[in-house]
Amino acid sequence: MALTGIQIYKLLPQTNCKDCGFPTCLAFAMKLAAKQVELSSCPHVNDAAKAQLAEASEPPVRLISVKSNGYDVQAGNEVVLFRHEKTFYHKPGVFLRVRDDESAEVIKAEITRAAGFQVNYVGRDLVLDGFAVEAVTGDVSKFTVVIAAVRDVTHRPIILMSHDPAHISAGLRLLDGEHPLIYGADANNWAAMGDLARQHGAALVVIADTLDGLTDLAEKLKDKGVNDLVLAPTTHHLGTALTLNTQIRRLALKKNFRPLGYPMMTLASHAPDPAYEAMLAAQAIAKYAGFIVLGHFQPEVVYPLLVLRENIYTDPQKPIQVKPGLYEINNPKADDPVLVTTNFSITYFSVANEVEGSGLPAWLLVTDAEGMSVLTAWAAGKFDAERIAKAVKEFGVAEKVSRKRIVIPGHVALLSGELEEELPGWEIRVGPREAVDIPAFMKQVLA
Amino acid sequence: MTVEIPKETWAGSVRTVTFGATASEGGTRTRSLTVGGQKTLPFLHFEHETPHPPLVAIEIKDHRPDDWSPLLLEAWGEAANDPVNWAKAAEAVGADVLVLALSLNGVDGQPTTPEAAVAATQAVLKASGLPLMVFGPGQPEIDNVLLVAVAEATKGERLVLGICEDKNYRTIVATAMANGHLITARSPMDVNLAKQLNILIKDMGLPLDRILMDPTTGALGYGIEYGYSVMERLRLAALQGDAMTQMPMVVTPGFEAWKTKEAKVGQDVPAAWGDWRERGIAWETLTAVTLIESGADIVVLRHPESVARLHQAIQSLMALPELA
Ligand code: SF4
Repeated sequence: MALTGIQIYKLLPQTNCKDCGFPTCLAFAMKLAAKQVELSSCPHVNDAAKAQLAEASEPPVRLISVKSNGYDVQAGNEVVLFRHEKTFYHKPGVFLRVRDDESAEVIKAEITRAAGFQVNYVGRDLVLDGFAVEAVTGDVSKFTVVIAAVRDVTHRPIILMSHDPAHISAGLRLLDGEHPLIYGADANNWAAMGDLARQHGAALVVIADTLDGLTDLAEKLKDKGVNDLVLAPTTHHLGTALTLNTQIRRLALKKNFRPLGYPMMTLASHAPDPAYEAMLAAQAIAKYAGFIVLGHFQPEVVYPLLVLRENIYTDPQKPIQVKPGLYEINNPKADDPVLVTTNFSITYFSVANEVEGSGLPAWLLVTDAEGMSVLTAWAAGKFDAERIAKAVKEFGVAEKVSRKRIVIPGHVALLSGELEEELPGWEIRVGPREAVDIPAFMKQVLA
Repeated sequence: MTVEIPKETWAGSVRTVTFGATASEGGTRTRSLTVGGQKTLPFLHFEHETPHPPLVAIEIKDHRPDDWSPLLLEAWGEAANDPVNWAKAAEAVGADVLVLALSLNGVDGQPTTPEAAVAATQAVLKASGLPLMVFGPGQPEIDNVLLVAVAEATKGERLVLGICEDKNYRTIVATAMANGHLITARSPMDVNLAKQLNILIKDMGLPLDRILMDPTTGALGYGIEYGYSVMERLRLAALQGDAMTQMPMVVTPGFEAWKTKEAKVGQDVPAAWGDWRERGIAWETLTAVTLIESGADIVVLRHPESVARLHQAIQSLMALPELA
């Protein structure tokens, strides 16, 4: 947690020698607290104070990177407990777990399916971040065969899962040059795992079932010089996971408790059934996880989970918007209809996707509703007849179409009267309330 | 070492609200239900016990809906043809509460009459002993006519009448007051608008323990983040002691999720969307789970399978953590 100017002042020499360019140590301390100068500008500060200041300037939740060629999955650097207070920054990495009791062929088929998975959400392509290989047979050669099988298919980052240092060591050798994540260090193996993590520059997951256990291991590993840690409370129980994740994040942010100042991992893969796994992963997205491991590749579940992650990690201060304007869908001609909607991107993409999917050409007039959805914008007075008419003029719609026909969303049907006054000579039509009903409307009503 | 757990102590708490009246309380329900009473953020039992679990409600209609996802109609089967069988089926799959959502029109295409609304409500009350909420079709004048008739015909049942909005709350609040019912107050995803509406309703004289609030949510992918944060902020305000935000919250993730394309449509969608049925249920349950984590006291769902999943989640969240 950042120190105040006064706290920093106490660590400075307090000689007011002016070598830093400021008249007093206090003035320098104030600038330092405001992050407007570097500590190195004071040549006289001693090493102990330097260490203390460096420690204090570290983020409360350390940024951890899991890398492979071209990929970098990062978690950490979070600063708030509630997204409305600022925003959540680093979306949790979502990994799919495979086990070494399957043949290389089966694994390759599964990974090929999962690595090829991609869905589009509001113009973004959503994919899985990487894969976790879990040792369950106890046979190191089986473990490495499966790792190699994964690498045959994809270059995305890997989590190596075993409690046995020999397994991890073999895996790390195979992934030489990458920065995989090691799962992990427990009360028995932590020293050997710590050595491996340091040698290979890999981040290490700390495994324990209590805060005390996690703290104890994290401190021992830190003393050993292992700086990049991830915390994994061993629970696959929604209630316990919520409690522990909340306590860990609170200790890190509110108490600047260093031993727990790391991202967390949730092993949804170990849930009792796939439906519970999905709920545990959803909770982990909202409640502070930095890495999430799934045990089943079900596209119909991965899709909503990745969308939920986009939603929760949206910056609440900036509504996601598209540019107001007149958009052409399916090459409209002068006699095709004009559909109007707002510039909230979820609204825009729902409508645009439906019109596109209908195969019918249309003009889509996107008004400036300050990034609000139709109903919200209407309630806030940002989507009314006047604004729609203004957009029609601003974007020269009348010059583009010969048949002056405009369709407003069903939710604002009551605007049609006013809009007729605002746009004399235009035919005002009321469309469906939900985007999903647009194709049928276009085919049946507008055709 | 022993880590000291940081605990928050709050000045305020969520108000306790009880609905549904048993015979001894002047109604016909087999039990009444209570929500609220929390003195912490959701499920943080290490700070304070959570007196009442969130409830799972199932939405049923007065007749077979023609605009619901085919998956829902398939799941309920014949039961969705009439509110009596539907209520029984909902109770059989474990719903805690029933929501009877009245349609704008009857099967004959004519506007729903007050008599028909009363008949449907009474039939549901007879078919199931679960506490009941009755929602109008969502058009102010029609809602008023239907809900007043329903409220008068069911005096003393402690129904929850909905939905009160800033443009239309007086008539519903008045009839709830006169007939011993509760109301739910809906505002469009905004902390201040939620408070304002609660104040207006309180000023009419309805006791605060007869008000639920619905801050509105979006489905996953369709604005859930707004609903989620508004609910978190309302709950934080309640715990900080702001009386006009202390009503328990009811939200309708079933309605929101099942109007999304992902849940509603099975054909001509990308192959990456996977299995339609499971996708629809996941869309609903993951929306609902996320919302109970941000403070929902009642989630209104639509798919029978989602009930068991939500109960499983709630049971786990209500259990004292297994902290070894
Ligand atoms: S250089 Fe260091 S010791 Fe000198 S005035 Fe600046 S802060 Fe103080």
